[in-house]
Amino acid sequence: MKALVAVKRVVDYNVKVRVKADKTGVETANVKMSMNPFDEIAVEEGLRLREAGIVSEVIIVSAGVQQCQETIRTALAMGADRGVLVLTDVELQPLAVAKLLKAVIDKEGPEIVIIGKQAIDDDCNQTGQMLAALLGWPQATFASKITISGAEAEVTREVDGGLETLAFKLPIIVTTDLRLNEPRYASLPNIMRAKKKPIVPMTPEELGVDVTPRLITLKVEEPAKRQGGIKVGSVAELVDKLKNEARVI
Amino acid sequence: MSVLVIAEHDNRALKPATLPAVAAAAEIAIAAGSDVHILVAGKDCRAIAEAAAQIAGVAKILLADDAALDHGLAENWAPLLVRLAAGYSHVLAPATTSGKNLMPRVAALLDVMQISDISAVVSPDTFVRPIYAGNALATVQSKDAIKIITVRGTAFAPAAAGGGSALIETVAATGSAGLSEFVRAELSKSERPELTSARVIISGGRGMQSGDNFHLLEKVADRLGAAVGASRAAVDAGFVPNDYQVGQTGKIVAPELYVAVGISGAIQHLAGMKDSKVIVAINKDDEAPIFQIADYGIVGDLFKILPELDEELGKRQQ
Ligand SMILES: Cc1cc2nc3c(=O)[nH]c(=O)nc-3n(C[C@H](O)[C@H](O)[C@H](O)COP(=O)(O)OP(=O)(O)OC[C@H]3O[C@@H](n4cnc5c(N)ncnc54)[C@H](O)[C@@H]3O)c2cc1C
Ligand SMILES: Nc1ncnc2c1ncn2[C@@H]1O[C@H](COP(=O)(O)O)[C@@H](O)[C@H]1O
Repeated sequence: MKALVAVKRVVDYNVKVRVKADKTGVETANVKMSMNPFDEIAVEEGLRLREAGIVSEVIIVSAGVQQCQETIRTALAMGADRGVLVLTDVELQPLAVAKLLKAVIDKEGPEIVIIGKQAIDDDCNQTGQMLAALLGWPQATFASKITISGAEAEVTREVDGGLETLAFKLPIIVTTDLRLNEPRYASLPNIMRAKKKPIVPMTPEELGVDVTPRLITLKVEEPAKRQGGIKVGSVAELVDKLKNEARVI
Repeated sequence: MSVLVIAEHDNRALKPATLPAVAAAAEIAIAAGSDVHILVAGKDCRAIAEAAAQIAGVAKILLADDAALDHGLAENWAPLLVRLAAGYSHVLAPATTSGKNLMPRVAALLDVMQISDISAVVSPDTFVRPIYAGNALATVQSKDAIKIITVRGTAFAPAAAGGGSALIETVAATGSAGLSEFVRAELSKSERPELTSARVIISGGRGMQSGDNFHLLEKVADRLGAAVGASRAAVDAGFVPNDYQVGQTGKIVAPELYVAVGISGAIQHLAGMKDSKVIVAINKDDEAPIFQIADYGIVGDLFKILPELDEELGKRQQ
């Protein structure tokens, strides 16, 4: 079976973002962009399934501006087989991304689709669940362990109370959590090889998807800054401050 | 049209996470001149519906009791929600792992964009939500007919759990979609308060060096009646289970007192705790970023400071 992995180009997780002066968004010009960290985990899981002989091919999809090609290239350098780039300058929201992914899935016919649980820019945590809904497939969200046998998958999920294991019928959508695996680095030979791997461009129009945003961002502001406090010299002083100044113990 | 809130429960008790979501719903309902209903769905959950009926300011409880609704399987819950949503202007759930799992599935089936993790209600169609690990706050307006929303629990003062007397109405379930099945759960057991509703939290990071060393934190936690949390690094290293993780991609907390021990203060960790009322940092590196947001910092070796803290608190308790 084929695996399809969705990767998003986001502001790198080490960047301290700045809100634009005109409050329309955050500054992304001259800012380091990277693959969403949860998507690196998704790519890695696809590769491991291929290495285990469960999956025959790992297809990478990214939607957005032309530079998303670099993000796909990174996944190909990790070892994925080929890419699909859905090109648009429109701001994409999760419902639109889910519709685009569904259209690509309808063409490609994968039986396992792996998505990050959350993009670290919009912090939406929606796309995988929405895609599962549109396809009528089950959703194994926040996965920390995947076992596939035959036409079934058993997935352990990170939930608020601990861990939960569910069984699903394939085809399936999986969204990755932090402990699913540790993504590999691309080796130099693989980076070279990735340059020759195909990336097919498409547009939302070709896929028949209306990507018009449903949510209108009225403004983006900086949150109230927290005032720094003081350093205390001893544990006794700390306890005294907590009791008599802050009154929290 | 009324506002519907999905109750969070484990079949034994209504979870505190429900109450801030009810508070957010009440703000919307007041602005829209409507009222708040709660859906209690699950298996053998009438007692939960009775508890939900006590919540102040709620007009009606919908009770959907069916074996297929056990364990919160999104594949089975979503069709029920889609049917019920037709009668509501807004459907809200707490932004817990169950709310985050379920709500986008419902939104997509209704062809609406979900509004995730709201931290304020501006008007019935406009909400504030943190983005970029809380480093920016977006005010967004939804033009969709039905608003599907998850609620950040720390951003709304919980509705009162008592004083209400809502009617309970039974609604038909929609059965099993036959796509997913519960196998087992390995839930962390603890006598301590739940992280997201604790008044005091003490969290350990990579600086703790091992899971065994967490007993140093636990001793202090017991003195303070605190919950114990952790950074991602401590969870990844296997010191503590995943449900201890506080942060952008773990739990969002805002206790009266948060004590960070051996935690450097990465953006992703701060995202989960910077709204705490009072923050204490214990770290041997006096340049650790955590000190920039701490009200009280103490520079030193945690293996020396934690036992001292335990002793000092012990003295004062006598
Ligand atoms: C996609 C993504 C999501 C993430 N989500 C989260 C999240 O939800 N929550 C989260 O916490 N992180 C998250 N992270 C990780 C985050 O970036 C940091 O790596 C992590 O928070 C670091 O944990 P730490 O502070 O325990 O470890 P470190 O950064 O290694 O800090 C350890 C600290 O302990 C101090 N120390 C060491 N020994 C002692 C001692 N004996 N006495 C006193 N102090 C000592 C050191 O001075 C240091 O400051 C995420 C990262 C990514 C990429
Ligand atoms: N523009 C995009 N292109 C490809 N994948 C995406 C895109 N946006 C979101 N995704 C996928 O959906 C996941 C969750 O994103 P979100 O729902 O926005 O938090 C990401 O980790 C990606 O796997």
